[in-house]
Amino acid sequence: MISNSLVYLIVLPLFSSAVLLLTGRRADRWGHILGTLAPGISFLIGLYQLAQMLGRSNEERAVTQKLFSWISVGSFQVDASLMLDQLSICFVLLITGVGTLIHIYSIAYMSHDHDRRRFFAYLNLFIAAMLLLVLGDSYLNLYVGWEGVGLASYLLIGFWNQKPTYATAAKKAFIANRVGDLGLSLAIMIAFASMGTVSFAGIKEHAGQASTGVLTAIGITLLIAATGKSAQFPLQAWLGDAMAGPTPVSALIHAATMVTAGVYLIVRSNFIFDAAPNAQLAVAIIGAITLMFGALIGTAKDDIKKALAASTMSQIGYMILGAGLGPAGYAFAIMHLLTHGFFKAGMFLGAGSVMHGMDDEVNMRRYGGLRKFLPITFATFGLGYLAIIGVPPFAGFYSKDKIIEVAFNSGGAKGVILGCAALLGAAITAFYMTRVMILTFAGSKRWDDKAHPHESPVLMWLPMVLLAVGSVTSGFLFTQGNSLQKWLAPVVEQSPAAEGELLKPAVVSILALLLVITGVGLAAMMYLRKPVPVQAPADVSIFTRIARRDLLQDEFNEAIFMRPGQKLAKALGIADNAVIDGAVRGVARLTQGTGRTLGLTQNGFVRSYAMWILLGAIGLLATIWAVTL
Amino acid sequence: MNPENYLYVSALLFSIGAVGVVVRRNAIVVFMCVELMLNAANLAFVTFARINGNLDGQVIAFFTMVVAACEVVVGLAIIVTIYRSRRSASVDEASLLKR
Repeated sequence: MISNSLVYLIVLPLFSSAVLLLTGRRADRWGHILGTLAPGISFLIGLYQLAQMLGRSNEERAVTQKLFSWISVGSFQVDASLMLDQLSICFVLLITGVGTLIHIYSIAYMSHDHDRRRFFAYLNLFIAAMLLLVLGDSYLNLYVGWEGVGLASYLLIGFWNQKPTYATAAKKAFIANRVGDLGLSLAIMIAFASMGTVSFAGIKEHAGQASTGVLTAIGITLLIAATGKSAQFPLQAWLGDAMAGPTPVSALIHAATMVTAGVYLIVRSNFIFDAAPNAQLAVAIIGAITLMFGALIGTAKDDIKKALAASTMSQIGYMILGAGLGPAGYAFAIMHLLTHGFFKAGMFLGAGSVMHGMDDEVNMRRYGGLRKFLPITFATFGLGYLAIIGVPPFAGFYSKDKIIEVAFNSGGAKGVILGCAALLGAAITAFYMTRVMILTFAGSKRWDDKAHPHESPVLMWLPMVLLAVGSVTSGFLFTQGNSLQKWLAPVVEQSPAAEGELLKPAVVSILALLLVITGVGLAAMMYLRKPVPVQAPADVSIFTRIARRDLLQDEFNEAIFMRPGQKLAKALGIADNAVIDGAVRGVARLTQGTGRTLGLTQNGFVRSYAMWILLGAIGLLATIWAVTL
Repeated sequence: MNPENYLYVSALLFSIGAVGVVVRRNAIVVFMCVELMLNAANLAFVTFARINGNLDGQVIAFFTMVVAACEVVVGLAIIVTIYRSRRSASVDEASLLKR
């Protein structure tokens, strides 16, 4: 099917971004309205496209639009064209829908900021880049959006770049992403070198004939790309620092854009991973490691946004794990991504609302007892909390339990290990999220008298309420009659019925629930029974200390990459100075010296010149005489 | 008489001229030494014409005389001008282009 309206999805926010940036201060008064309308209308177009899709049979739902011929070199043809299929539409609606809610929230949240217009311009750029990422029909088109997302996240994380630490956080995110981007560009190059095409359809066609080695190489490089953008192990370190950006940015990065890109990339490349089991296993292992990694960091963080960031890392780990489990897991990875989009955006906006009421205080040890002062925030955050820890019938229960179940049933020792990791992760998730809830909303007040906690304005709580509704209902809707699974079936080949289940779904659910209750109970015991100290206790075990320092991820990066890198750079600098510059300077000195020496002969005395001429003539004659002799 | 002897005289005259150009400071004397070198060359040309039995060397000697006459006109004019402006005919003092 051909459609002409796909491009407007991207053009609207892009155009709005350009207008806001180019008109400058003149747009200050109405900039936020334009900036909110653009993704809003994109969302309506997305809904229209969904309605059109629903009217067609399942195989004919994908639509394409060719914009122009982009690269045309010999046999290498790349069109800039868009493709909207069952997978893309999920992302389009999530990006524009949740994105619009975050825009509405930002109107109030950023109302005191001098640069609100610029903020909206960057948000729109972010949305546009992410839409291009999910709508591109080839890896090269995807790459453009991929880089755009990296740029927009850099601009937004460093939005308050008057603070040097924030500017550094932005740079850290950008650099970590560049490492991942290298993986994506390598994958594109390998794909082109071995198959001569970079479009999804073309590679899907050729994947059958390609050797397993090539497919594994593409799969691993794609995984590197995904670890960068989705903050997965070992490129996860930027996510915590990315909290430097304004809270709506965190919500956008963690729910609708950016970190979901890696999951999208892997699910979109299902035809590669299905044909390269080793790469697929690597994806699952990375997911399992990250979900534990993030959960452990989450248990020790006192900064509410950093605790939520660690939680995102962990939840994306679940999605990557799901995507690494092959055809059985793709749909559940996407389902968890969508439900996570609702509840994590809701919780981040809730955290922003708490900070809004508490003079931008982020330390949870200085909260306490806020449920009376921020009732709506408490209710919406609480619903998100129930969703993320996986209490039935909230959204997380459906999506997370499905991933755990698929992990257990993926067969052999691999299934048991991955399943146990996912189960344990669920228990830790319950623990740290309960901790966040108790420290923030329960107990007695621990803030000083300067703070006057108050509920946020309607523009802020309305998006939170809508997202809370999503986090309550979405899981149920997606699993009802396996609707999401069937919807995605034409994109991600469904596996034939699994042979022999290790654990029945009911058993998994009961096990998970038991562990969740244990986690909640443990947190309640630790933080409800005795008052929480305002200062983080210093006499803690070595494990707590390591978890507080993000499991030493920065120390690791600094020891392995940064310091040797600096040393290498310094050594190269010296080599450059001595060898290359030395050669250049040597040539200069030689020329200068020769000139000065020869200049001595030009002394201005005619007799001296005559002498030289005479000596020259004699020398010439002597030479001729010597040669002819 | 052996024509080679003329060549020895010519070489002697040329050497005297060359040394004079290098060691003397007075522009007039330097000029005279240059003339001496030119005439030593003329003598060598004429001698070779005589040895080879043709007129080529004689012709070139005439050419040299013409050129030497021109050179005297220009050179003496320069020397006189320098003397007028500097009150000296020393070639060592006329080194303005360098200083």
